[in-house]
Amino acid sequence: MSASIKSLIKGWLSASTATLCLMLAGCTGPSTQSSVDPMGPQARHLSRLWWFFCYSLSAIFVIVVIVLLLSTYKGWRESRRALEDEHDEERPLIVPEPERERSMKRVVLGATLLTGLMLFVYLIMSFITGRAISSPLHAENVLTIEVKGHQWWWEARYSDPTPSRIFTTANEIHIPVGRPVMLKMTSTDVIHSFWVPNLMGKKDLIPGKDTTLMFQADRPGVYRGQCAEYCGLQHAHMAFIVVAESEEQFAAWREAQINPALEPQSDSEKRGQQVFLSSPCIMCHTVRGTQAGSLIGPDLTHVGSRQTIAAATLPNTRGHLSGWIVDSQSVKPGNRMPPNSLNPEDLQALLDYLQSLK
Amino acid sequence: MRLALTFIPLLVLFFLVSCEREQRNFRAAPPAARSESLTQSQIQPGQAYTPPQTKNPTEYKAYELSQGKQLYEQYNCSGCHFHGGGGIGPPLMDAKWIYGGDPQNVFQTVIEGRPNGMPSFRGKIPDAQVWQIVAYVRSMSGQVPKDASPGRSDSMNTRSEPEQLVEPTVTKQAGQPPSTVQSK
Repeated sequence: MSASIKSLIKGWLSASTATLCLMLAGCTGPSTQSSVDPMGPQARHLSRLWWFFCYSLSAIFVIVVIVLLLSTYKGWRESRRALEDEHDEERPLIVPEPERERSMKRVVLGATLLTGLMLFVYLIMSFITGRAISSPLHAENVLTIEVKGHQWWWEARYSDPTPSRIFTTANEIHIPVGRPVMLKMTSTDVIHSFWVPNLMGKKDLIPGKDTTLMFQADRPGVYRGQCAEYCGLQHAHMAFIVVAESEEQFAAWREAQINPALEPQSDSEKRGQQVFLSSPCIMCHTVRGTQAGSLIGPDLTHVGSRQTIAAATLPNTRGHLSGWIVDSQSVKPGNRMPPNSLNPEDLQALLDYLQSLK
Repeated sequence: MRLALTFIPLLVLFFLVSCEREQRNFRAAPPAARSESLTQSQIQPGQAYTPPQTKNPTEYKAYELSQGKQLYEQYNCSGCHFHGGGGIGPPLMDAKWIYGGDPQNVFQTVIEGRPNGMPSFRGKIPDAQVWQIVAYVRSMSGQVPKDASPGRSDSMNTRSEPEQLVEPTVTKQAGQPPSTVQSK
């Protein structure tokens, strides 16, 4: 009997240790997608709230468990004593104890009040945090980006008072460090949700309605974002990256993005451009400076300068790109890009051309 | 007990009926890999040729029809045909078809193009998407099942039932004034 209990306890201990180790493994180092590793004021507010909830609720949980164990022990002891006193025939089994009942009532009432008070404190804390992260920014040089959610990728349009300086890119949002950014967001199909855990909380993108989200990055880095509202088959592969960089780097990037696509230089690139313009690519994609101007798929004007393809699903390498062009459905089943049959020379030329679009 | 033993398998069978899931084939043939089976013209030398009656399986699936509707917008069909009412191109929500209104005719129109403005999309759109567009185009004149065709349009509503072409006929009968049957 005792041996089996011992082995049970042993099993429990090893299982919980393993679980704890597994959970702790997620705690290593600065992460590119973690809300407890805040990189901006908005994320810091949220992280503070999260830790407050975590610590206080853990404390409450421990207290409740201790009280529960104590009262169980007490009850068990009392029932043992009652069993021992059983031979006393005169004494009734249940004796009214008005004094004790009164004190129990007080304890229950007190605990209820305390629970209500704690819930109220959490409510106030959440409210204050909500105010803090959604209050309008009173800064002079707010960077405004219009974000559009598509099944299953992100379109980012950098607005500017000068129309010729407006440009569109996809799945990679560059922002200057220390400057507030305002996102005006909407969706073209279903509801999506914009979320970069390191930088801000979630905000939904709703078709036919503009939502705004303000945030700021305090430290340069590459942060991963993810659609946080289930939006269809490839919801899990609807990611993007936010590149926070210095003001100079950002200005240089922006100037490069404003320019139309680079003219093809080598013969192979020229052939690649012809392939692009004569194949199904042209039905959906834009390359500014050429005839391709469709707005169904991501803008490819500077696709060679991006770090990822397919909404941060694959790194932007030649191999991944060619796999994506030929059979994207094997990577993201259900996405809108059809398979393409190109002969090898055309495919290589097309890859040369796309990679040259820096 | 015996009652349960007979009923449980029946119940299981009953529920299994609902297990047939609509298959979505995402890896359709690429645009360039199309077999040429349809002919552009029905006029042939020699014997009369009856074209094969192609059935468009996408017409019965709500998902395919809604995809067709999206593609109709995105590939800018609405640029000329608008939302079925026509403008630069002919209207698509009536029962008049210049080049035929069967699925294979509409398919052919999209792939080959037609004189006086309809461009050819050969090699640009995969067949599966063309069939989706064909299904949606035919849904505008109410020729697909009502329960599959997309509802709640942002634009003008298209027909939910096919238009009946009734020629105005004048019937004269003794003792009765002539009555006219108007076309719908």
